[in-house]
Amino acid sequence: MTRTAKLLLLIPFWVPRSSLGGQGLDPALLTKPATDSWPTYAGDYSQRRYSTLTQIDTTNVRHLSLAWVSRLTAGAGGEGGFFGPAAIPAVTGGVAENPVNTPGSTSGTPRLAGSILQVNGILYISSADNAWAMDALDGHILWHYWWKSRGGTHIGNRGMGMYGDWLFFETPDDYLVSLDAKTGQERWHREIADFNQQYFSTTAPVVVGDHVLVGTGDDLDAPGFLQSFDPRTGELQWKFYTVPMKQGDPGLATWASLDAAQHGGAQVWIPGSYDAETHLYIFGTGNPTPAYTARVRGPRDAHTNLYTCSVIAVNVETGKLAWYFQTSPNDTHDWDSTQPSVLVDGLFGGKPRKMAMQASRNGYFYVLDRTTGDHLLTLKFSDAANWAAGMNAKGQLERNPEKDNTIAGSLVSPDNGGATNWYPPSYDARTGLFYVVLRELYSMYYLTSTDPRMMMGLGGSEQDVVGSLGTSIAAIDYRTGTLAWKYRFEGSAGGFGGATGLLTTAGGLLFANDGAGDLVAFGLQGMKPPVPLWHAHIGSIENAAETYTVGGRQYVLVTAEGAVYAFYLQ
Amino acid sequence: MHSRGPLRFLGSVIIACAAAMSAAQSPAQVPVRATPATPAGRGERAPDYPVRPPAPPEQVARGQQLFKSNCSFCHGSDARGGETGPNLVRAQVVLADQHGELVTPIVQNGIPARAMPKFTLSAAEIADIAAWLHSQPLSDRGAPSTLDILVGNAKEGEAYFNGAGHCTQCHSVSGDLAAIGAKSDAKTIQNLIVSGGGGRSFGRRSAGAAPPKLPATTVTVTLPSGQAITGDLDHISAFVVALRQPDGTYRSFARHDSIPKVILTNPRQWHIDMLPKWRDSDIHNMTAYLVTLK
Repeated sequence: MTRTAKLLLLIPFWVPRSSLGGQGLDPALLTKPATDSWPTYAGDYSQRRYSTLTQIDTTNVRHLSLAWVSRLTAGAGGEGGFFGPAAIPAVTGGVAENPVNTPGSTSGTPRLAGSILQVNGILYISSADNAWAMDALDGHILWHYWWKSRGGTHIGNRGMGMYGDWLFFETPDDYLVSLDAKTGQERWHREIADFNQQYFSTTAPVVVGDHVLVGTGDDLDAPGFLQSFDPRTGELQWKFYTVPMKQGDPGLATWASLDAAQHGGAQVWIPGSYDAETHLYIFGTGNPTPAYTARVRGPRDAHTNLYTCSVIAVNVETGKLAWYFQTSPNDTHDWDSTQPSVLVDGLFGGKPRKMAMQASRNGYFYVLDRTTGDHLLTLKFSDAANWAAGMNAKGQLERNPEKDNTIAGSLVSPDNGGATNWYPPSYDARTGLFYVVLRELYSMYYLTSTDPRMMMGLGGSEQDVVGSLGTSIAAIDYRTGTLAWKYRFEGSAGGFGGATGLLTTAGGLLFANDGAGDLVAFGLQGMKPPVPLWHAHIGSIENAAETYTVGGRQYVLVTAEGAVYAFYLQ
Repeated sequence: MHSRGPLRFLGSVIIACAAAMSAAQSPAQVPVRATPATPAGRGERAPDYPVRPPAPPEQVARGQQLFKSNCSFCHGSDARGGETGPNLVRAQVVLADQHGELVTPIVQNGIPARAMPKFTLSAAEIADIAAWLHSQPLSDRGAPSTLDILVGNAKEGEAYFNGAGHCTQCHSVSGDLAAIGAKSDAKTIQNLIVSGGGGRSFGRRSAGAAPPKLPATTVTVTLPSGQAITGDLDHISAFVVALRQPDGTYRSFARHDSIPKVILTNPRQWHIDMLPKWRDSDIHNMTAYLVTLK
């Protein structure tokens, strides 16, 4: 090899690092708790969404006020306001000659339901088919990228990943797109799943070392997987299937047939957590398919359908399974277990443990040893959940078949949306409590088909929401295995109040969406319920609040109705 | 889970609720079938996944006939899999195929490794078969259900209505529930028994059922002076409570700690309190009873 060739090989490694003094992201930031920046989906790899910042606290939060608001428009871009700055023309990418018209993606108000990155004073924001860079000081848009889509389920987008000066995001029509963070120009795009099998991609890529970890979604009956791509080139490094795909694969005996396994679902549509010590990437998987009948995939007790509805740890270098824990064996309600696994170090049963904690869509909370996958605790955090007949020795709940979809109808909680869903929870290092948005809704679950082959994917079910005990923030004490408190949003009983995720800070604050159009700052009082201290009525809030410092000031950032709001102390 | 499907069917009244839900992911894929008209007048949007233009009915009919005589022995008469052949409706190659171009070489060459023989069919004939395969729905998602949900015992339902259920405290079969069996289908009635009104369909909505008008929650606000103001609740948060008085006057009050005093009265509270207590058999029996009220 010539010397020049050797140098060329080195370039991709040192280009991003050489620019760290400027806009780029130092990967070392990613292993530290979120403070001045917000460099990855959950602020850091632990997914605690707990900030050590204390500038805004319980004594001064009442003075929190608007720093700026910036409205975004999806699509190619308009002409801008007559009395305001001109619109930023979009940098355009995508494979479709004529993009499929999707309001909120090709035009109009985007749904900003993802995390926003904040690195060196620049915000990086994405929605389905759109991405923006914005000045964190005043909300000024630096660039806008728009992907011309061939279609697909445009359910949302959870945000971007970053490596040096490079950004990564997924599109509904199954591409991983890498952008230059300085210009918004596309570096490359790679197809990550088969569009014809109706995969759709929403999740935020997570960058770990030289890996871009990418999940997808599917509501037909295609198999789930997690992939790792090279951040430099976009080359596939490894692909981990979450269901058995061939004879001899582990878990095959938990399916009625190989064909059922290959069409078994277990999608990976929420970003995982990362434990730098063990090099384990820990993530959850979705429901088995067909979602609403076990007849073709799991007619017998042994048919638990691995690794659907599971928490999974893979080695990030090899893509090989380290351990798994299945929260809902042989699920029949479409209750994914994709919710974030929150990494907590603490005492459990008097012993120091490295734990992973998940509040699952099925209404139960699980604590696992994240080094071994050993089960430590199962706790019912939804009083309403009524689908389980009992718990087995592994800490898994067993279904009561009377609470499946039935022809006559069964009254079941949670509803399809789950006791919780994608909304990020938060673990508060000061109180040791795990906070999660809890929905206690009931539906009548009707089986509408007697032919399981017509129940492919999400067929064969009608679910009618018939009531609610309300929407709450639940504070789970894993040390005692109890709920420390439940703060129910007033007036939410009988309604369908929404909530979009939580943030806690060392200033003793919990930021939440009250479902009534308010971002609320609660003062935490340990084991006692929190006190609402401050609010801003900004409409339908779309993501979990974030916090960081820019220019020495602590900001709180949240989105509502296609606009980004930044708050600070005046 | 995503509520785009229901959004198509329900009016704008429900959209506010569904918007909160659209946050959640999962049931998202919309079945490949024609988009129904939108009652809320929302613009038509393209289907999520490409829909092939429908083939002429005569081509589909030819394809079905050809499939029957050549393919159904292994793949089943409905192409959803037989004893030896896999389900073709969801086969990757069929999902990717447009007009038979991907199916043709497989049919003409066979798959010896999987014991599929070759067939001497022309490309045009295979295009007919492909047209029929593409006309088959992937699943029944979104299709109206024809299954009868009535399994309950009307006599026991009547006894529950008049006895243990305490239903007669608010309801009467000659008053608000008169002829309900003639006005609504069984599923709508059953859902109403539990919800007391309101509710929201997730998978699909029972045919012809309009969202029922909700009785309002009332609120009484008692000021430090002792003055009490009562009206229909408009909205409430930890910071503000707002109501509409009987004469239509809108009033709102700032809240600090527990001042002013606020008491909510939800007319459907009994239904909410019942949610954790119901036995499905009582619900089914009540439904069987109420459908007889014609």
